[in-house]
Amino acid sequence: MSTSPAVEAVLVVLPAALIRLFPGCNQHVSLCATDVWEMITALDRRWPGMRDRLCDSQPRVRRHINIFVEGERATLETRLAPGGEVFIMTAISGG
Amino acid sequence: MAPRVFVLLGTKKGAFTLESDATRRSWSLRGPFCETWPMNHVVADAATGTIYAGGGNEWFGPAVWKSTDLGQTWTHSSDGLAYEAGEEAIKSVWSVACHNGQVYAGVQPAGLFKSADNGQSWTQVTGLRAHPTAPKWQPGGAGLILHSIVTHPLDPDQLWVGISAAGVFHTADGGQNWTPRNSGTRCDFLPEAERYPEFGQCVHCLVMAAGQPDRLYQQNHCGMYRSEDGGQHWESIEAGLPSSFGFPAVAHPRDPATLFLLPLNGDIAGRYVPEGKAAVWRTRNAGAGWEAKRDGLPQENAFFGVLRQAMAADRLDPVGVYAGTNTGTLFASADEGERWTSIAQYLPPILSVETLVVDG
Repeated sequence: MSTSPAVEAVLVVLPAALIRLFPGCNQHVSLCATDVWEMITALDRRWPGMRDRLCDSQPRVRRHINIFVEGERATLETRLAPGGEVFIMTAISGG
Repeated sequence: MAPRVFVLLGTKKGAFTLESDATRRSWSLRGPFCETWPMNHVVADAATGTIYAGGGNEWFGPAVWKSTDLGQTWTHSSDGLAYEAGEEAIKSVWSVACHNGQVYAGVQPAGLFKSADNGQSWTQVTGLRAHPTAPKWQPGGAGLILHSIVTHPLDPDQLWVGISAAGVFHTADGGQNWTPRNSGTRCDFLPEAERYPEFGQCVHCLVMAAGQPDRLYQQNHCGMYRSEDGGQHWESIEAGLPSSFGFPAVAHPRDPATLFLLPLNGDIAGRYVPEGKAAVWRTRNAGAGWEAKRDGLPQENAFFGVLRQAMAADRLDPVGVYAGTNTGTLFASADEGERWTSIAQYLPPILSVETLVVDG
């Protein structure tokens, strides 16, 4: 996790089930962040409460939320490349 | 104006509402709400009509949902509904109670939260988890859950909570200090010499008698009990029941001596209605005697149970009683348990049943 200097935006793709919880939320979000924690903090600023849906209070990414950065599952500490894409997806779960 | 009667359901696949008029003969079902999240407890604030739904989702975690228009639209919040960083995270909300402008939420792992702004934000009632017994609390089959919240009708500083399997705890100072209130309730799952500990009982459901704040009833994993002193001492009232095991207990809204139970066949016997024949058991004398009310309930090949928060009464006269099964059927009686009909079927497993009567 780091403080955020001015950086090139990343594109975040949100899952439909998350979008439904936040009226006005878009599937594709462009924001500035250097790591996943910053990205989630930025999402939470736009849609208050979104961090709680993606992270638990440890804090860590929720067990059944997958965040992919450059094709790999990310943690809150994963760095984001300027101009990159991040996919937030709901994992296989439920019952 | 004619009253509108709502039955509020929490299910494994979202919240539902059923609505009828005061005759309670015909019901309309709406739902699922709350994006089909598992909803452990859906309750209404009788003072405002606001509906709160507590639950948790495997993907998105715990939250309390809220509707101020009788279920038509919903919002959710978990702002503040969290333990400190590094502690085991909250998995779901298990119980919600409204009283005197406050909303309380019991969670898993067991803890209590309070909202003074109608569920927008939450703060932990920290005294409970600070109790010296807390590190030794053990989870029941559903986890370490705070499932019963009983408020005092006259004294806002008094609360009782039920935790499986830590037992009943009481506060007289708004939650700063708590004392176990389990004397007389047994733990059949412990060696014989240790069956009456200070805490560690598997309370299943805790309710207060109408108009008598000192009279509490509890369905326990190991027996059915009544207290006449706010839970300081408990007396078994299971004689006459078909089993010492069950989950829900429902107090009559006006008669402190009337209680409804739905005993199951036993904790390791399948946990369905005894002999596959469904009955709601009613006492009119505070547990001195029990009668099985079976009219309209299935009397063969019934292998369902009713969970701890899945039975409720309305406040009409005669009282309506409702029991939701873990197989998705909602049974209702509009005459205090005398006759029963199924008013909804094929729902997801029903986790909670509550009522709301709206005048006009």
